[in-house]
Amino acid sequence: MPDSTLVGLHHEEEHHPELLHHFATEEQQRDASSLGMWVFLATEVMFFGGLFCAYLIYRRLYFGDFGAASKSIDATLGATNTAVLICSSLTVVLAVWAAQTARRTLLLTMLAVTMLLGCVFLGIKAVEYKDKFEEHHVPGASFSFNNVPIPGHPGEYANPRHAQIFFSLYFVMTGLHALHMIIGLGIFSWLLYAAWKGRFTPEYHTPIEIGGLYWHFVDIIWIYLFPLLYLIDRHP
Amino acid sequence: MEIAIPQPVERENYLNKEYGVWSWLLTTDHKRIALLYLVSITFFFFIGGFFALLIRLELLTPAGDLVQADTYNKLFTMHGMVMVFFFLIPSIPAVLGNFLVPMMIGAKDLAFPRINLLSWYLYIIGGVFMLHCMLTGGVDTGWTFYAPFSTNFSNTKIVEAGIGIFIAGFSSILTGLNFVVTIHRMRAPGMTWSRLPLFIWAHYATSIIQLLGTPVIAVTIVLVACERALHLGIFDPKLGGDPVLFQHLFWFYSHPAVYIMILPSMGVVTEIIACFSRKRIFGYSFVAFSSIAIAVFGFLVWAHHMFVAGISVYSALVFSFLSYAVALPSAIKVFNWTATLYKGSIRYDAPMLYAFGFLGLFTIGGLTGLFLAALGINVHVTDTYFVVAHFHYIMVGGAVMGYLGGMHFWWPKISGKLYPEGWARLAALIVFIGFNLTFFPQFVLGYLGMPRRYYDYSHMPEFQVLNVLSTAGATVLGVGYLLPMVYFLWSMRYGKPASDNPWNAAGLEWKTTSPPPTFNFDEEPVVTWEAYNYEELDAPPHTQEVPVAR
Repeated sequence: MPDSTLVGLHHEEEHHPELLHHFATEEQQRDASSLGMWVFLATEVMFFGGLFCAYLIYRRLYFGDFGAASKSIDATLGATNTAVLICSSLTVVLAVWAAQTARRTLLLTMLAVTMLLGCVFLGIKAVEYKDKFEEHHVPGASFSFNNVPIPGHPGEYANPRHAQIFFSLYFVMTGLHALHMIIGLGIFSWLLYAAWKGRFTPEYHTPIEIGGLYWHFVDIIWIYLFPLLYLIDRHP
Repeated sequence: MEIAIPQPVERENYLNKEYGVWSWLLTTDHKRIALLYLVSITFFFFIGGFFALLIRLELLTPAGDLVQADTYNKLFTMHGMVMVFFFLIPSIPAVLGNFLVPMMIGAKDLAFPRINLLSWYLYIIGGVFMLHCMLTGGVDTGWTFYAPFSTNFSNTKIVEAGIGIFIAGFSSILTGLNFVVTIHRMRAPGMTWSRLPLFIWAHYATSIIQLLGTPVIAVTIVLVACERALHLGIFDPKLGGDPVLFQHLFWFYSHPAVYIMILPSMGVVTEIIACFSRKRIFGYSFVAFSSIAIAVFGFLVWAHHMFVAGISVYSALVFSFLSYAVALPSAIKVFNWTATLYKGSIRYDAPMLYAFGFLGLFTIGGLTGLFLAALGINVHVTDTYFVVAHFHYIMVGGAVMGYLGGMHFWWPKISGKLYPEGWARLAALIVFIGFNLTFFPQFVLGYLGMPRRYYDYSHMPEFQVLNVLSTAGATVLGVGYLLPMVYFLWSMRYGKPASDNPWNAAGLEWKTTSPPPTFNFDEEPVVTWEAYNYEELDAPPHTQEVPVAR
């Protein structure tokens, strides 16, 4: 058994300044961080999964009402937002590449553009929420959805209560998604700051990679939300 | 056998490296965080136990004479919420798992030490919400907070309790995330998957459930809160919603949550049985994969809580069948433990007494679970004391026995001190007797038809005898739980110093000092042996000189 005075000698050898004490190698640290984010994203799938499950059950129960309610949301704004998010995924990939290849200006630009696109998304979302508020489509005491025809069934009108369930799910799902976007913006402001300080190098850019993973995941959730909420009954 | 020799100068270890409040509150050492958890869950355990005591006192007489009906509703609700979310779910993983997972695989710490500390703070914040909720009136819906009672009618602090559970849930997710990444990425050289202690396999399976189940209850709580605030109608039949959907979402987490409680306990018992029968675990890979199988099957049986809630007969049949299926991996474990005992050199130290207690009580709890999985019997005993007795046999008889066994087994490693063995054996005996006296009468009560959650049974006074037995048992059980706390605290000051490996046990955690240094090992261990190599450990000394490499 070594004497206690000898403890501490282990840390004398040179290692990367970002390598935390409990990892043996940089590779182990990178693999652990990346796996951690993937596992976290699996929990996020289950988090949204409960809502998707509820959506599918009520969509099947109240098929026509959901169609009518879906038709009242502005699909053009939704499609624009989809395009905005897909572009932001591209800029995230470019940011990771810039970090890998030590292009500092490109890295900073791409992180900033990603954040800008995120803000555009949230802005458009806010406009949509405002429209819904003015149309009294926010669930609660002032909700109204009277005399809205069910698409494809002339003479039939949507049941406002069932439409209210659609809008409840719409607000909970897009609201939680927007919350994830806001958290993503927080993560990216930190990345931008750290990149500005020159913390990332081709050897060490794990935060950009796993922050990017998170951003892609939030985009993918939207890719599922968009057709389910906006496009289910678009035939003329 | 080694003899503990008090060392003249105390070696630096994780306990004496730093002193002061901040060295604990800002620590990222998994062993210190485990002790933070130990203190906090013990606190909640005694709060939950206090509620249980009041419940048992009320049921001492048939008339409702101690508390009023509303108070009684709040008592059993808060008892359930505190015990499930703030004691049982974090118990073994957050205390023993936190302490042992890195050491058993030869790592210096968990993969994300700061996230580990964050998870404790989240637990505490959740706990503060729960305490505030308790002090300002509590919740009366039962721990299951079924809609639409919880969403539309009850005017108690449901949202506040929900926020507490939501936040504590994220603490549980982060613990699971840390374990999965640590077990995948931080194993010492030579520590292959097939050499992992079965405690690690059990925690791996537990983590999967924590990761995939907890988010679902989190989102369910979000929906309940929105429903209460805005009357959305998602769970309100009057507005076209479906209250049974709430039950599906709730049990999708809350049934697997039972396996979050019992799987780590199974892991503990596996370690103890191997050590105190001095044998390799019989059927290592079967025990390992039965943990994974329990985690997987556990996700497919939730609707057996809803057989009388109006689900279709066909889905009830399927869920009944799948609930039988989950008995298979559980039975594999019990048979393999028994086979390990066969022809072992068994020692009856306190941890082993708890392990024996676990074996018996878990088997009774598991078998009565099969009664409940059978559709016909289920309809007969739904919402009776039979169900209460069944899940207490699993969650208290199983999970808590394993937890106490593990606390005794690893206490020398955690504290560096030996607990008083005689008192510990006595406590194990008292817990076993008290537990059976409390809950066995409840099987009979339930089968005879006494419903759960009644505070007044004066229209069926013939049930009083069994209720008196049960209350008497609860008192004995309470003494049994207080005793270990007293002598553990006592041993921290007055206990004999423990040697590095007082049980002569296999496993990397015993190859470092007691208590371990901050980074667990002075040199990174290299593993060249299989798990539970007790035959090699117990071989005569002259053959032990040569390290056996395989």
